Amino acid sequence: MSHNSVDKLVKMANQIASFFCAQKSGDPVAGMAEHLTKFWEPRMRAEIIDHVAHGGAGLEPFAIEAIKRLPAVSTAA
Amino acid sequence: MTLIKEIDFGTPESKSEKMITLTIDGKTVTVPEGTSIMRAAMEAGTEIPKLCATDSVKAFGSCRLCVIEVEGRNGTPASCTTPVAPGISVKTQTPRLAAIRRGVMELYISDHPLDCLTCAANGDCELQDMAGAVGLRDVRYGYDGANHVFARNSGEINFDWKPKDESNPYFAYDPSKCIVCNRCVRACEEVQGTFALTISGRGFDSRVSPGMDEAFFESECVSCGACVQACPTATLTEKSVIEIGQPEHSEITTCAYCGVGCTFKAEMRGEEVVRMVPWKDGKANHGHSCIKGRFAYGYAHHGDRILNPMVRESIHEPWREVSWDEALTFAADRLKAIQAKYGKNSVGAITSSRCSNEETYLVQKLVRAGFGNNNVDTCARVCHSPTGYGLNQAFGTSAGTQDFDSVDDSDVILVIGANPTDAHPVFGSRMKKRLREGAKLIVVDPRRIDLVRSPHVEADYHLPLKPGTNVAMVTALAHVIVKEGLVNEAFVRERCDQDEFRDWADFVAQDRNSPEALESVLGVPAADIRAAARLYATGGNAAIYYGLGVTEHAQGSTAVMGIANLAMATGNLGRRGVGVNPLRGQNNVQGSCDMGSFPHELPGYQHISGEKAREVFEKDWGVKIDSEPGLRIPNMFDSAIEGLFKGLYVQGEDILQSDPDTRHVSAALANMELVIVQDLFLVETAHYAHVFLPGCSFLEKDGTFTNAERRIQRIRKVMSPKNGYGDWEITQLLANKLGMNWSYVNPSEIMDEIARLTPSFAGVSYEKLDRDGSVQWPCNDDAPDGMPIMHINGFARGKGKFVITEYVATDEKVGPRFPLLLTTGRILSQYNVGAQTRRTENSRWHEEDVLEIHPHDAEERGVRDGDWVKVQSRAGETTLKAVVTERVATGVVYTTFHHPMTQANVVTTDNSDWATNCPEYKVTAVQISVSNGPTEWQEKYRELSESARRIATVIDAAE
Ligand code: SF4
Ligand code: SF4
Ligand code: SF4
Ligand code: FES
Repeated sequence: MSHNSVDKLVKMANQIASFFCAQKSGDPVAGMAEHLTKFWEPRMRAEIIDHVAHGGAGLEPFAIEAIKRLPAVSTAA
Repeated sequence: MTLIKEIDFGTPESKSEKMITLTIDGKTVTVPEGTSIMRAAMEAGTEIPKLCATDSVKAFGSCRLCVIEVEGRNGTPASCTTPVAPGISVKTQTPRLAAIRRGVMELYISDHPLDCLTCAANGDCELQDMAGAVGLRDVRYGYDGANHVFARNSGEINFDWKPKDESNPYFAYDPSKCIVCNRCVRACEEVQGTFALTISGRGFDSRVSPGMDEAFFESECVSCGACVQACPTATLTEKSVIEIGQPEHSEITTCAYCGVGCTFKAEMRGEEVVRMVPWKDGKANHGHSCIKGRFAYGYAHHGDRILNPMVRESIHEPWREVSWDEALTFAADRLKAIQAKYGKNSVGAITSSRCSNEETYLVQKLVRAGFGNNNVDTCARVCHSPTGYGLNQAFGTSAGTQDFDSVDDSDVILVIGANPTDAHPVFGSRMKKRLREGAKLIVVDPRRIDLVRSPHVEADYHLPLKPGTNVAMVTALAHVIVKEGLVNEAFVRERCDQDEFRDWADFVAQDRNSPEALESVLGVPAADIRAAARLYATGGNAAIYYGLGVTEHAQGSTAVMGIANLAMATGNLGRRGVGVNPLRGQNNVQGSCDMGSFPHELPGYQHISGEKAREVFEKDWGVKIDSEPGLRIPNMFDSAIEGLFKGLYVQGEDILQSDPDTRHVSAALANMELVIVQDLFLVETAHYAHVFLPGCSFLEKDGTFTNAERRIQRIRKVMSPKNGYGDWEITQLLANKLGMNWSYVNPSEIMDEIARLTPSFAGVSYEKLDRDGSVQWPCNDDAPDGMPIMHINGFARGKGKFVITEYVATDEKVGPRFPLLLTTGRILSQYNVGAQTRRTENSRWHEEDVLEIHPHDAEERGVRDGDWVKVQSRAGETTLKAVVTERVATGVVYTTFHHPMTQANVVTTDNSDWATNCPEYKVTAVQISVSNGPTEWQEKYRELSESARRIATVIDAAE
């Protein structure tokens, strides 16, 4: 199951990346990182950060770059 | 409480600014130029007798009852058709006028039955009133001659007589009582815009007839009731009035169906609704309504309604009716146990776009303050969340920019992925009225919706794009605007960020974004796209209206931003007649979003990570609020399948039927240890519930709804809740079982709390709403009376933001296995998942969901009209009946999702919008084949629904 859910997060992250990487103004990578912080529940962020730490299979390079900028999340509780 | 009677001024208001002064019966009156003498008199307090005039339609001048004398002029002109003139002196009552009027009335009455005492309109009949007003004392002509009153004249069949037409389930037509005043015909044309009625025959033979002498139900009539409301006699009468009698008091309330937010007079006899009459002063509807709001309120009394709380240990058991206390204790104990075992974040709630602002607010407060997390979401997630995201990015607020009245000033109307005549009927009528006055129309929709061609309305351009290509379309339109130099440079320079604009302009100007380059992607001739773009950019005030056909896509948010780009580039923002207008689905989608239903936002769209906003709420509520966003609905389901999310409180939503990929949703629900459903009926989601809390209808509680134009309006309780409590009270009871100590005694206190904590609602109170009728937020010190049009002097965020809208084809691609694209929508008589409308006579208009398929695709598959067909996607399959029609293009099939047995969402996939996870309902790759009946899934589901709805028979002592 857990594997399945990472696949979903990867797909979502790639979709988000496809929007931000088309933007020119500002810092699109930061834009994507901010989007994830604002809208993704911490557990989801922790899971995708972890996935990137393990190589980030399936993720677009742009998405990996943005996820790397995410601060660590504590998922106690 | 009294029966609210509105003043009928006889003819519509004149919009002229030039004022004219005249004298009526010696009184000086000043009115706008173009006003009729009839209206001027009424404004001065003098009611001139009338029959064929009423102020919802233009004057007709046929009855001659409203004659007057004008000093120095010959004759006795009709006051309804004679406009005021400066300095004239009018007399409304003279012996000559009185004699004429009596003569007129005598003729009318001589061909009218005299059964006033037993007539349904007794006490509410203008013919009766006028007979009284003109002093009619006797009628010299008998019924012996030709008449329309009797079926037989001295034993002989009377061919002039016609039987009653009772084909429409909601109103009856009795031709014997018709005075041929033509008001119904004009109402159908001018107010509703359907043109279903005509007067057939001439002179004495003339009769009102639906279509070509058809029965109402068989005709083009959409049962809006405008004709019934306009009829001065008992000829067209609500069946409920015939059954019950005349109402004795009324309350103003708001329709609980769609985002138009029509207001009604609920006309009552005791606690029984006699009829719903659209309120003339309602600023969203101006006295008009559709079939749903006016007639489909009977579900409140439907036998399926559950009135007692119920619980069960597991979903395989039958329900047990229990006391409120037992049900709430059961729910609270389980919630606590789940949190103790699986952690604070293992529970959450879903708020409803059908419940009031106050109720939604309380549910999110329960989650944030009681559950201690932010796992709250709303069904707006599955419809307009991309609007919130997209418009917020572009303008800095996530709401539509106009009021509905703004359309009266539009010269060009661009409708994208919306079907207003079906989904927002009253606004659809308004739009059609403006189109008949000459505004131009562009429709971007895969389907030939009614607006494309209907009586007296025809789209200038219909761009039938392939489903899923909105972003490419919007970019192609922008390409033309930029390349052909149609940008409103002054506007862009003053209002928008320059760098972002330049980046965007460079992007859209690329050749790959031209209509020619995108022709094959879109499936629309490039020349049409070019012409439409020119019309939008140069045709005067241009307004965009869009709906779920834009948002429910993988690139929904991008498309919304693309739409905002178009409006900014052409300067179509910040005044009447223009703007970006999302047409919201359910009645309180706007409100539920405003009230903090999203997991990342506190009420008033304040992000949860903001210290300051959080502090305000923390102080007021006396708790700490989690600063991290919670789970969205699809994340809740995913998390449930992983075993991390275990408890859900669902208020007034049927997520199992309304959310995509039914199998996934049911697996998620089945994995939870506690599902609390609060609703009127045992909805589909309740199959997986452990606690059922009976909710109540909008007629049974106080509160407010906020419509698609940000208009906050009251709903008022007209009968006691049959289940015992308003929905807000039930949430409060549950909260208190969890130790919250809430003590709201009236929803107005909840609104006061909202106003106290939410800057954009600071000025809202029940007192203000009672006084002003409604208000459009923001309403605070800066805008004490609200804001009908937004961004007048600049955008909420400062500079308007242009966003690059790169088209990315959806993953839902057609291929050899699934060669067709399925898209979904809704129809007029049914509402959303149909839980309410299916339980009314509205079902007679839409007994089942059908699949529309183009003749070419049908032939290829051997499908004939009316055949059962199987629809298969990678997610699942279902069967329904086929309708072969050219409304859909080749390669596209279309259905609605109003009936649970259709299970259209078994077929839709878990694809979603990149920014908001709004599901991609509008595109699913499918295959169609002939079938001979329901699929195995449908059969299994039917069994499940039957067994899951069992209620154990109990010894009558629960309470
Ligand atoms: S109910 Fe509405 S659509 Fe039908 S005839 Fe009357 S006005 Fe026309
Ligand atoms: S049905 Fe009513 S409104 Fe229509 S012409 Fe007859 S009396 Fe007038
Ligand atoms: S369903 Fe919509 S259009 Fe119809 S009466 Fe209700 S609010 Fe008005
Ligand atoms: S009301 Fe003026 S002619 Fe009928």
